[in-house]
Amino acid sequence: MSDTVTLAGPQQRQFNPYSDNGGTILAVAGANFSVIAGDTRQSEGYNIQTRYAPKVFRLTDKAVLAVNGFAADGNMFVKKVKQRLEWYRHAHSKDMPLRSIARLIQSMLYGRRFFPYYVYNILGGIEEDGSGAVYSFDPVGSYERETCRAAGAAQSLVQPFLDNQIYFKNQVAAPGTSHPSHLPLSDVLALVIDSFTSATERHIEVGDGLEIFIVLARGAPIHGLEAIQGIQEMTSNAEGERVFIVRRVLKYD
Amino acid sequence: MASSVHLPTGFDFSNEIRNNFLLDKGVKLPKATSTGTTIVGCLFKDGIVLGADTRATEGPIVADKNCEKIHYISDNIRCCGAGTAADTEFTTALISSNMELHALHTGRKPRVVTAMTMLKQMLYRYQGQIGAALVLGGVDASGPNLFTVAPHGSTDKLPYVTMGSGSLAAMAVFETGWKAGLSREEALQLVKDAISAGIFNDLGSGSNVDACIITANGTEMLRNVEMPNERVQKERRYGFRRGTTAIKSETIRSLIVNEEIILPTTEAMDTS
Amino acid sequence: MSIMEYNGGSVIAMVGKECVAIACDLRLGNQALGISSKFEKIFPVTDKLYVGLPGLATDVTTLKELFRYRVNMYTIKEEREIEPDTFAHLVSSTLYERRFGPYFIEPVMAGISTTPGGKVKPFIAATDLIGCLNFAKDFVVAGTASSKLFGVAEGLWEPDLEPEDLFETISQTMLNAVDRDAYSGWGTMVYVITKDKVIQRTLKGRMD
Repeated sequence: MSDTVTLAGPQQRQFNPYSDNGGTILAVAGANFSVIAGDTRQSEGYNIQTRYAPKVFRLTDKAVLAVNGFAADGNMFVKKVKQRLEWYRHAHSKDMPLRSIARLIQSMLYGRRFFPYYVYNILGGIEEDGSGAVYSFDPVGSYERETCRAAGAAQSLVQPFLDNQIYFKNQVAAPGTSHPSHLPLSDVLALVIDSFTSATERHIEVGDGLEIFIVLARGAPIHGLEAIQGIQEMTSNAEGERVFIVRRVLKYD
Repeated sequence: MASSVHLPTGFDFSNEIRNNFLLDKGVKLPKATSTGTTIVGCLFKDGIVLGADTRATEGPIVADKNCEKIHYISDNIRCCGAGTAADTEFTTALISSNMELHALHTGRKPRVVTAMTMLKQMLYRYQGQIGAALVLGGVDASGPNLFTVAPHGSTDKLPYVTMGSGSLAAMAVFETGWKAGLSREEALQLVKDAISAGIFNDLGSGSNVDACIITANGTEMLRNVEMPNERVQKERRYGFRRGTTAIKSETIRSLIVNEEIILPTTEAMDTS
Repeated sequence: MSIMEYNGGSVIAMVGKECVAIACDLRLGNQALGISSKFEKIFPVTDKLYVGLPGLATDVTTLKELFRYRVNMYTIKEEREIEPDTFAHLVSSTLYERRFGPYFIEPVMAGISTTPGGKVKPFIAATDLIGCLNFAKDFVVAGTASSKLFGVAEGLWEPDLEPEDLFETISQTMLNAVDRDAYSGWGTMVYVITKDKVIQRTLKGRMD
């Protein structure tokens, strides 16, 4: 053995703290309601980690948050938002208004500008004026109020379909008529379900289950909601806004 | 462009210089269709059962929901393909042709080992660049034969085999369920279960189950024996009112040729 | 950057009731810069068969001419027009020949053939850049907007559409998909092929 010390070249090590867990979320705002939906598959690469991992969460009776991207960050982020909302409730004896939740989410996301939560957020619910609203965010907190938004693995499949069916993009209205600015709840539910069955057909990371949250404005008619099979009400205060959930199965392949 | 109609055989590398130039500038090659795939084969009492799913993918997108992955080699030999879809398609087609010529030349029914040898020699020659992972099965004069051929040309001869991204899911089923001397029905059921395991647990595999039973008496191709993933009815219809799309200009070309046939006035032949 | 995004462009084909339709965008770009809004990507092969060639523009032109040459040679030798499924295999073989130095094109074909019994058979097919054939019963897509086209088509398409209804469906699919794609758009051209006529229409598209 020689005593010479062999100098190894420079070594690099890397740790990637993020991963992509697939799935898709989507939200649509109506005149006096809001629909927020997401599939329940959680995957990594070609493996399904679980067929039921909720991505859509009720924050208050008038706010529902959908998170998509890196699941661990998503769950942690929802936990922290819920904590901040509880503090608000204790301090002010009321639920935080939707637009304030949106601004809070922006601050929380931008607060991690240089080590972001790797999640796309969509916030849906009822504004203080009783109108349905959807806010969509990027991972570092840039946000915007919209009528409809899809995010996640199948965003590119779903968003142009929604442009066509919700905003009536590229459609000429029949002579003497005009396109409605808001669709009725039954139409929105049909479009949301068909968006997810379509995405399931063509995207391998979408499937297993579908959870649709419906938030109704205070005093808004039920629109035959009770007729939907498997619908469940999860309102906590009967006087205010009402929150419902509809669950559907998607394909397992 | 060669002026002759009879082009030379084999691959054409004339785009290489240009493509390498583009590659050096940092442009990425587009993804070729791949069959993420679960493919299997198993031995039973009097033959072979092959199985495959029917999903073809381009990255995370499903390119074909019902493609055929069990390829014809000869009447008594079939080959399942996983990997780069075009490679499995053309490699099996080429070997199928050569097997037919070989059979004509020797005047004998082709053997599975012959196909296996041709495949491995070709794949080895291309050093794994032809991305075909195959399950080859058939019945010949020596009895039932089952092989796997990996992209680099190595082969295996086993009583039950799986390949593709769903191979682990499918192999788990084989390891629990396979035993020597299975009946035709038992073997088919086992193959269906193995493919289903791939379809439901591997994202690269999906849609339907194809199977193929080969015995000394003949070959039975069971296309879509199981269809557990039919799309449910949509919530509404999406037909558009005619005139919904604004048109800038229009040209209509009629393919009906109007001909008027005028018969010549009959005249007696001049026989003078 | 992918080579498909160098010039951009997308094509889609759909099956209807005794008819087929094929549509392309009209953009030719140099990456993000738009160059032309008159770059057609669909070419006639026979009276009732069209091929769309999205991908690298230099290869669009090269392959258009190569297919014309090979189809003409076939027609002369066979003394008959090429059938759609035969043409699909011609395309497939032509591309696979260059497996290790491909043309950057993902062809889409749409046509109709008539069986000896006089029945009309719609035909669509697509291949990847090395010639893997995909015969679908509903629709096929290719190009930079392919995932968007898949999503919209999966939602809008339904079986047995009459030619005029198929036109609306394929046009809406194309327009809305390319509006979400930075590399496709700048106008759309649609062909609807029926047994006795071919309707060609150009549609106005967003210019942004």
